[in-house]
Amino acid sequence: MKSLLLRRVKQLNQKKFLHSGFVNPLKSVLSAKSACILFFILSVLFLSCNQKKDSQTEISFWAMGAEGEFVQKLVPEFEKQNPGIKVKVQMVPWTAAQEKLVTAYASENSPDVYQLGNTWVPQFSALGAIEELNSWIQKSSIVNQEKYFEGIWDTNVLDNEVFGIPWYVDTRVMFYRKDVLAKAGYNSPPKTWDELYDCSKKIKANLPVDKYPIYIPTNEWAPFVIFGLQAKAKLLKNNATYGNFQSKEFEFAFSFLINFIKEKLAPMSVSQVTNIYQAFAEEYLNMYISGPWNINEFKKWMKGNLADKWMTAPLPNISNEKYPGVSLAGGSSLVMSKHSKKKESAWKFIEYLSTPKVQVELFHLINDLPAVKEAWNDPSLKDDIYLKAFYDQFQNVQATPKIPEWEQIVFSKLQQYAEYTARGTMSVEEAMKAMDGDVNIILEKRRWMIERNSK
Amino acid sequence: MKNNNLKALIIFLGPAMLAIFVFFFIPVISAFVISFTDFDIYSLGNFSNARFIGLRNYTQLFEDPLFWTALQNTLFFVILAGPLSVCVSLFAAMLLNAKLVKFKGIFRLSYFMPVVTTLIAVAIVWRFIYHPRFGLLNYLLGFFHVNPVDWLGDPFWAMPAIVLMSVWKNFGYNMIIFIAGLNNIPSDLYEAATIEGASWWQQFRSITLPMLVPTTLFISIITMIGYFQLFAEPYIMTQGGPLNKTLSIVQYMYQEGFRWWNMGYSAAIAFVLFFIIFLGTVIQTFIQKKLKHA
Repeated sequence: MKSLLLRRVKQLNQKKFLHSGFVNPLKSVLSAKSACILFFILSVLFLSCNQKKDSQTEISFWAMGAEGEFVQKLVPEFEKQNPGIKVKVQMVPWTAAQEKLVTAYASENSPDVYQLGNTWVPQFSALGAIEELNSWIQKSSIVNQEKYFEGIWDTNVLDNEVFGIPWYVDTRVMFYRKDVLAKAGYNSPPKTWDELYDCSKKIKANLPVDKYPIYIPTNEWAPFVIFGLQAKAKLLKNNATYGNFQSKEFEFAFSFLINFIKEKLAPMSVSQVTNIYQAFAEEYLNMYISGPWNINEFKKWMKGNLADKWMTAPLPNISNEKYPGVSLAGGSSLVMSKHSKKKESAWKFIEYLSTPKVQVELFHLINDLPAVKEAWNDPSLKDDIYLKAFYDQFQNVQATPKIPEWEQIVFSKLQQYAEYTARGTMSVEEAMKAMDGDVNIILEKRRWMIERNSK
Repeated sequence: MKNNNLKALIIFLGPAMLAIFVFFFIPVISAFVISFTDFDIYSLGNFSNARFIGLRNYTQLFEDPLFWTALQNTLFFVILAGPLSVCVSLFAAMLLNAKLVKFKGIFRLSYFMPVVTTLIAVAIVWRFIYHPRFGLLNYLLGFFHVNPVDWLGDPFWAMPAIVLMSVWKNFGYNMIIFIAGLNNIPSDLYEAATIEGASWWQQFRSITLPMLVPTTLFISIITMIGYFQLFAEPYIMTQGGPLNKTLSIVQYMYQEGFRWWNMGYSAAIAFVLFFIIFLGTVIQTFIQKKLKHA
């Protein structure tokens, strides 16, 4: 475009010269003026084109659900600090996230940076979709393993290689009705399994038949795995290539929980509880193991004279040697696409989101709990009575087996057999035997891959 | 002349054939090939991680208790909901076609409304109707001193509850087709029958039903195919539970394919389902042909 315009200017000048025969000083001044203007316009055009090409990079960032909706508000500050980088945020609904990310990878359209539930990290690393970050972390002054909760950091590590940086964290703690527990003689929440059982028995004695002390839904695998981990069960064996749910430890933990349902200390059917908060408000349920996303819901529903009747507490342990007992290391991580062409900028953005200040801002926006420990010194987190249980719990969290098949194992199989045993169609031994059988079929591919790679 | 014909053929049929080939045959054939591999999440990243495993997906499928549960549930649904749906549609169509009925438009509209309503909205309403503690259905049954039933949570009642909701949601569509079929029956047949002194029931059996055979054939095949592909209703209402009693084949296929990325296994399920529906259609056509000639 530029050369075309120049040529036109030349032509015009030539014409003028030809027609006038001599150089009219006024005209030549005019043409000099217009040439100046043209030159100015052209140089602006040229510069702006150039700037886009050389110093302006646009990185794409995919985030899920609420994060996707609100993270945009954190972007302007980053763009101010890094004038050359623009961030394009795209929101992906959680339900479609995995599918979208896998297809984006398959069509080589992965975003430069994206959010991954930390249980998905093994899957995307198996795909070869995400960058191994060790060298980036070594160079970084912001991201450093020491700054994170140990159990959470570990969920992103596969064979000493780090694939994701924790962005926000969650874990499971106990939500409970303070007044109902106090009436049963428990002024502080149960700290051991025995106390949990005893407490439930005592609450049940005070309740009408159709209300329950605790909620252990069979369509939530987390409590079963947590109690298994507390009982020191090894969930998979032989380098996570075979199921190990028939172990004494896991069967013990599993039957301990199922027993609550069998003794009618917990409701059998999940469909009876459409609104867990409502159920808490009317003392239909009084204890529930769940995550931080429920804090605000509880605040919303437990209003008026119920407002101070609920509390959160770290999880009880199998024995009284250590409190709290272990819980799940959940949350989301930030990962970088292996095929990104803008890794420098992408890493800068990850670093920015990992600064304590921005972590606190994210908490203020959508209540995501900071992964960086330093951020917890902020008064808004430190002084929150409901968050204290979470902070204590994060000191003792553990990752679930880090294999791509894990989600299928717990969601489709463990929950299924939990329901079968709770309803009495299978005994615990039968269920765990079938469970191991199914798991071994699921892991067949993994065994083959490992064997092939070792050759 | 012959050459011209060929040209015309290519021009007229070519685009459609190309579209069918690209969007139908290629996907179906590749799915068929995939059903003989163990294509999964590992293979998406790297094709060399997929193995050709012959018929193993199919043999594994026939040993998979969950597949048999899903098949059983789907058959139960088709056998219960299919005929029920056709009968209800026919009944509604005849009511609307009766000469005594006024405001036909309003009734037709209100019966057809569930068909065009989003399933999500319908499911939310029905979840409330079925709610064990606050539900309308249990409230009504309470007047007859029936103990509250946990409709969607009870392994015995969950599928019938899904059937009831699906029939309610779908009968309007078939009803419209039946109304068209009823209007096509010449009225002199009924006049002649009335003069001969035939009762209403005799007229129904000897005129209405035989004249409706083609319509019924069409409707029952379409309904059966649709019901074999049962997915959205249990997916939203029960997620396949309780005790997998509402897990349908398509839902199982979806889970295996798009939740756990076992594409090979999922493709095998798809072809088994295809074969079952094909078989069902053949049997139905055969029966109806017999009926027509009898």
